[in-house]
Amino acid sequence: MYSNWVNIAMEIKKGIAVSPGISIARSMIIDSEDYRIPRREIKPSQRLVETQRIRNAFNDAIEELTRLGAQQDLAESGKIRDIFAVHLRLLRDRSLRKKITDLIHSELVTAEYAVSKVLREFAAHFSSVKDTYISERADDIYDIERRLLRQLLGKKREEVKGLSEEVAVIARELSPTQTAGFNKQFVKGIATDAGGRTSHTAIVARSLGIPAVVALEDLTEIVRGGDTVIIDGNRGIVIVNPDEETTLQYEKYSSEFLELEHKLDAIRAKPAVTRDGTRIAVFGNIEFPDEAEVVLQKGGEGIGLYRTEFLYLSSPTEPTEEQHYEAYAATVRFLRNRPVVIRTFDLGADKQTQSKRFAPEPNPFLGLRSIRFCLQNLMMFKTQLHAILRASLLGHVKIMFPLITNHQELMQAKMILRDVMEDLDDESIPYNRNIEVGIMIETPSAALTASTLARDTAFFSIGTNDLIQYTLAVDRGNELVSTLYSATDPAVIRLIRMVIQDANKAQIDVSVCGEMASEPDYIMMLLGLGIRTISITPPMIPEIKQIIRSVTIEDCNNVARKVLSMNSERHISSFLRSAARKILPEAF
Amino acid sequence: MGKAVCEIAVEIKNMHGLHMRPAMQFVDIANQFACDISVSNGEKVVDGKSIMQIALLAATHGTKLKIKAEGDDAQKAINALQELVESRRFIDPDSYV
Repeated sequence: MYSNWVNIAMEIKKGIAVSPGISIARSMIIDSEDYRIPRREIKPSQRLVETQRIRNAFNDAIEELTRLGAQQDLAESGKIRDIFAVHLRLLRDRSLRKKITDLIHSELVTAEYAVSKVLREFAAHFSSVKDTYISERADDIYDIERRLLRQLLGKKREEVKGLSEEVAVIARELSPTQTAGFNKQFVKGIATDAGGRTSHTAIVARSLGIPAVVALEDLTEIVRGGDTVIIDGNRGIVIVNPDEETTLQYEKYSSEFLELEHKLDAIRAKPAVTRDGTRIAVFGNIEFPDEAEVVLQKGGEGIGLYRTEFLYLSSPTEPTEEQHYEAYAATVRFLRNRPVVIRTFDLGADKQTQSKRFAPEPNPFLGLRSIRFCLQNLMMFKTQLHAILRASLLGHVKIMFPLITNHQELMQAKMILRDVMEDLDDESIPYNRNIEVGIMIETPSAALTASTLARDTAFFSIGTNDLIQYTLAVDRGNELVSTLYSATDPAVIRLIRMVIQDANKAQIDVSVCGEMASEPDYIMMLLGLGIRTISITPPMIPEIKQIIRSVTIEDCNNVARKVLSMNSERHISSFLRSAARKILPEAF
Repeated sequence: MGKAVCEIAVEIKNMHGLHMRPAMQFVDIANQFACDISVSNGEKVVDGKSIMQIALLAATHGTKLKIKAEGDDAQKAINALQELVESRRFIDPDSYV
């Protein structure tokens, strides 16, 4: 009796929440031929289906190869024809096919895993032979493996497009081709092993409004197709095979969450003013032009951070100036005269283009990323600046340079902006000559030299995610050290205070656009430190506004003063949590 | 009535040994016959009709193999395979090389 339960033991995985909401659905796993296929078990009743899939995959692969072979010019070198012929013989090899189907029957594994396991064993065998002429044949075997997996997985992708019931999609990582057919009506949640806040999966999930959690490490090895999965996109948790009690809890939590959202939506038209009358500007961070609508819906007063990487990441080719312009113009027009802060490309490190046109670096976060990348790819950078300037007359546009680490970098970026302005003058294209240019403060070096940087910039926006990671030297995607990543570390708080003080002295605007400002726990401290402008993820706007409307600046000052006197990250975070809980108990 | 069984020892004489292309030629001929064919290199015995298994023998130049056929056309099969391995050394009659 109990042994049955062992197989479906509940498992809880923690990852990074990238798109809010809760889903409870049956899992559908999408493997990729680019990665090792994890071992995954099937129910005994599934055996015939899987062996039939093997048969189809072999037959289709043979057909595909025969077609390709026929296209080869007969005058073509005999070698190529031989390769086709050999691969066809391998696909027709009965003992190979039998080995694969036997594995499915004896070990109850998926077709994908069986194909991969058997062929990789063969390949390993070839590789181990000393004779190079024979050991190189391992490549042929890998080629066959990929061909078969493409057949198996291609059909699976078609299945996603033709879904007729609700599922949670589980994958190692999702590529644009995989997500292209996603239908919001049936794909209820997404969870992936890899990825970060700005990975393609995260971007797609947010734009479709599907709850998603990424960076779950080995989720695809734990889940079996058809398992029930809870995806908690608020807390970054995925629960596989939840027990009855957990399911009930989550059903309750899910409806409470919707109710709270509904309630908070009611305050969207009200201004973000503290009880003692201090006005706080609340803006939204966006990724795509169409998210601007969500910002206004939720009560945001403008766009405080318009990430532009999507232009690069969602297109197989480099975006044209016109594509840039269209994207900016659409957003700026939509916002009327509300501010739109366009951040120039923040590419590199975790944000690579699909075509992987960047060579891998040993330490990408300390490498050629963000503004550094732009300053070395001037054509691309100028194209973007040209488009932003053209859009600058359509509304209230500001430019923001990311990851500035020193004054010289800022001057270089501004010089290039002036070059582009001259180009526009030559072309007689009108633009806003007095466009405000600001920078993100995301590194300790920028924070420590904020007084110098403030002389040549119109505003600061503190990017807390990178500031925390660089200050504490912690990669939060690395689970071995992720507990050390904390917004409440005294070092981080002191740097933020320093930036705010230097901005105030220089009389320039300073805002926080990192995730820290979207956290109900931290908002009082930020106001107490002197922040009057924040830019946050749109779904959080109502809740943060609600907190702002429930506090006084005096309360906030007291909280900040207390925090600055504390020396332990743990004390600070528990103190902030209890302070926030008193204000808005339902949010926790 | 017992099945006909034939066996023969051959030596791989072509320079690159029994790699993919020769393995393909081998199984193509083996598959023309109804009899069961097995090949042994002294360590392991494999199915003479499976290209994967033949290739896995990793028989290099100079390797000695034992080919065994069981079935009505066993003798014919053995003759054809011996011709391929030792007389023709895997060179196609219509090959330019």
